[in-house]
Amino acid sequence: MSEHIVSLRVYVTIFLALMAGTALTVWAGLQDFPGQLNVIIAMTIAVVKATLVVLYFMHVRYSSRLIWVVFTSALFWLAILFTFTFSDYWTRGWFQI
Amino acid sequence: MAEGLAIEHEVSHPALQHHFENMEQQREAGALGMWVFLVTEIMFFGGMFLAYTLYRTQYPAAFASASNHLDLTLGAVNTVVLILSSFTMALAVYSAQLGRRRNQIICLLATITLGLTFLGIKAVEYHDKYEDSLIPGRLIPGRPFNPEVQEHGTPYDKHKLHLLPGATVKNVEMFYWIYFAMTGMHAIHMIIGVGLLSVILFFAWRGRYGPEYHNPVEISGLYWHFVDIIWIFLFPLLYLLGRHLEHL
Amino acid sequence: MKEFETFETPTAARVNYLNAEYGLKSWLLTKDHKRIALLYLGSISVFFFIGGLYALFIRLELLTPQGDLLSSTTYNKVFTQHGIIMIFFFLIPSIPATLGNFLVPMMIGAKDLAFPRINLLSWYIYLLGGIVTIWALLAGGVDTGWTFYAPYSTTFSNSYVVATGVGVFISGFSSILTGLNFIVTIHTMRAPGMTWFRLPLFIWSHYATSLIMILGTPVIAITILLLAFERISHVGIFDPANGGDPVLFQHLFWFYSHPAVYIMVLPAMGVTSELIANFSRKNVFGYKFVAFSSLAIAVFGFLVWGHHLFVASQSVYAGMIFSFLSFAVAIPSAIKVFNWTATLFKGSISYDTPMLYGLGFIGLFTVGGMTGLFLASLAVDVHVSDTYFVVAHFHYIMVGGTLLAYLGGLHYWWPKITGRMYPEGWGRFSALVVFVGFNLTFLPQFVAGYLGMPRRYHAYPPEFQVFNVLSTAGASVLGVGLIIPFVYLLWSMRYGKHAEANPWHLPGLEWRTSSPPPTENFFATPVVTWEAYEFAPPEEMQVIGKFREAGLEVTDAPIGGQP
Repeated sequence: MSEHIVSLRVYVTIFLALMAGTALTVWAGLQDFPGQLNVIIAMTIAVVKATLVVLYFMHVRYSSRLIWVVFTSALFWLAILFTFTFSDYWTRGWFQI
Repeated sequence: MAEGLAIEHEVSHPALQHHFENMEQQREAGALGMWVFLVTEIMFFGGMFLAYTLYRTQYPAAFASASNHLDLTLGAVNTVVLILSSFTMALAVYSAQLGRRRNQIICLLATITLGLTFLGIKAVEYHDKYEDSLIPGRLIPGRPFNPEVQEHGTPYDKHKLHLLPGATVKNVEMFYWIYFAMTGMHAIHMIIGVGLLSVILFFAWRGRYGPEYHNPVEISGLYWHFVDIIWIFLFPLLYLLGRHLEHL
Repeated sequence: MKEFETFETPTAARVNYLNAEYGLKSWLLTKDHKRIALLYLGSISVFFFIGGLYALFIRLELLTPQGDLLSSTTYNKVFTQHGIIMIFFFLIPSIPATLGNFLVPMMIGAKDLAFPRINLLSWYIYLLGGIVTIWALLAGGVDTGWTFYAPYSTTFSNSYVVATGVGVFISGFSSILTGLNFIVTIHTMRAPGMTWFRLPLFIWSHYATSLIMILGTPVIAITILLLAFERISHVGIFDPANGGDPVLFQHLFWFYSHPAVYIMVLPAMGVTSELIANFSRKNVFGYKFVAFSSLAIAVFGFLVWGHHLFVASQSVYAGMIFSFLSFAVAIPSAIKVFNWTATLFKGSISYDTPMLYGLGFIGLFTVGGMTGLFLASLAVDVHVSDTYFVVAHFHYIMVGGTLLAYLGGLHYWWPKITGRMYPEGWGRFSALVVFVGFNLTFLPQFVAGYLGMPRRYHAYPPEFQVFNVLSTAGASVLGVGLIIPFVYLLWSMRYGKHAEANPWHLPGLEWRTSSPPPTENFFATPVVTWEAYEFAPPEEMQVIGKFREAGLEVTDAPIGGQP
């Protein structure tokens, strides 16, 4: 299995995208969107930025399936921690969503 | 011929460790090892993100007020600094893959410098919190959590805490507790990262890394990018919570 | 007896990993997984002894209903420290760090684990955590219960919570590094021909255990740190005065600590699979079911932690979800028990010491597991929660299960590890003593708990005394039963009969090299062409099968009259 060398152009593009994402998130943070939209937008941008870093800077896009499974399972387990804990708090009246 | 044919070792690279069959296996093991370690880091920070999410939804006004008191400019600059350092780290790995020793050194040096810049700005922010008596509880003996609250109608004072409707000082203290726990843990990881990269820089300067062997640069890069990703989430969650409510 | 071809070192060069190098430095700076396993074996035994001392004090105090031996605070410290030492410094590392470290590379045909230096580091980290914890215990101890519940631990306890917490935190890294090493090794370093479904079930269990170590341990790490931070700063997220919730601590704590019990039992199950199959000279019935059950236990084990919070003001709706999932998690364990039983059926069973421990495991683990179902049931749990019923339940699994499997594995692989045989008569005798002593200790506790005796109390109503006296008597027998192997195993290292490479005549890869093995495990990289637990090649199995169908007797003599 030969190693894939990511081109300089890809790195620069991703970097610029991350910068744009940062500017966007600051701008969006200052706008008053209705309801929970502020946090949804902020988290979406953060997830996109993180995904770009994972796929291109961390080479997951060019890595074996095993690495991809390893990384996704961490996210899955985090989801377990969150959902099951929230199942308790939500049904105890904690979230006024 | 019975089972158990011996497999001869290839002429080995000096960096090949004795228990691996070949460099490819060593590289694969190293990368997988770092990824598994990053999984543990994700779960580690996850606990704090859980606490944050829980209490933020419970005390939205207090958390927004507390967040607004953080310095957005410094936070944003730090975000840019860290992403830039991720970029230079990726370039360092790229240089190692191509065997360009001088570029490796420059990129690693840049990454380290940017990392130290981040930590310096963080130190400034922490100092500001200290000045405004926002260090939670009695962590600093003699300077308990005791911020001055901005009263309505008085001129804007950036050292005073502006409470949004519904916010209490006790819950603001909780925000700062979580803030220091999360950014403090993040900073510790950055310090470890800077140390790690300094070691890598030393060996890069000695010319150890090239196209056939650059594993340590790659896996250090993975660690560094991970620390960047944590901040990518910390920044909006801690700094951009309630900016849109600042006019209240 | 069919002979399995070994890849032994030439007899002229009887160099093995034990005599390859001499001197303290060669041990303390070793990178050899086998030596590291022995380093762990020594230190784990020390901690087991310390934890056992605490148990002795508990049982002595509970002989009489009055709290007359120890003050209540001291008693609190004693059971807390018994729990902390036994769980974090004995049970969690026991099988993985000793047997796992020794055998994982050998069973997959590798020369060492993927990261030998990290392996050594994990031992030093374990020691450091242990030393910090022991220091805290000697300095004054901790009285919060091993569960460290807030707000007592964060605000009100006057004991060494932070120091003990730091000791446990440090030891967690040892666990994480071991798990990391195993996962990477099993994925990347299997010998040619060693496909996933040719792996011994010991490997599958350790792989599943490592998944739990990786995904769960970090959460307790951060929980301990948050607890320490709260205690030091005098405010925090578990403090109601701040708007915090003490139950959040319990959620975070049990998110790890429930899967932790599977860290303790999965390796034991792996050992049991080896013992049952090999001492029945039969392939494990339903190999793939057992392999996938290990993974299922690891995954499902993360979905049930709320059953520790049934009476902690957790919402009843969450309780119902966790209760249902707790029943579900019993299924893969039950599958294993059925498969082991089916493995025994029509097997050629020999009742050597390891097999006695293996059989003991199946019985006692089943009792422990079934009583777990009582606890998973919301309505029953309300009554038996925080009583001795719970105490008996988890001791059946951890002592009746894990400890027995640990001893069984230790005896089974003793000739491989040391090159010596232990005295078989003493082995069988102490196995029986352990079994009797164990049941006498913990069976009465089920009854006492069901009748209402609370746990963690140093004084109790007089009607429970008879159960406590039986229990303490049993504990004495158990103690004797555990000291005997300690003595003869040590004795055998010097005076035991020399063991050949494959003293049990088994097909496993670890038996195909000398006892003790050379430092690099195998003289040459093995190429695996046989299935797991393949006691006879497939053609032979078919012929044997046909003979059996025709009602004819089949012996172990090789087909064709070969010598």
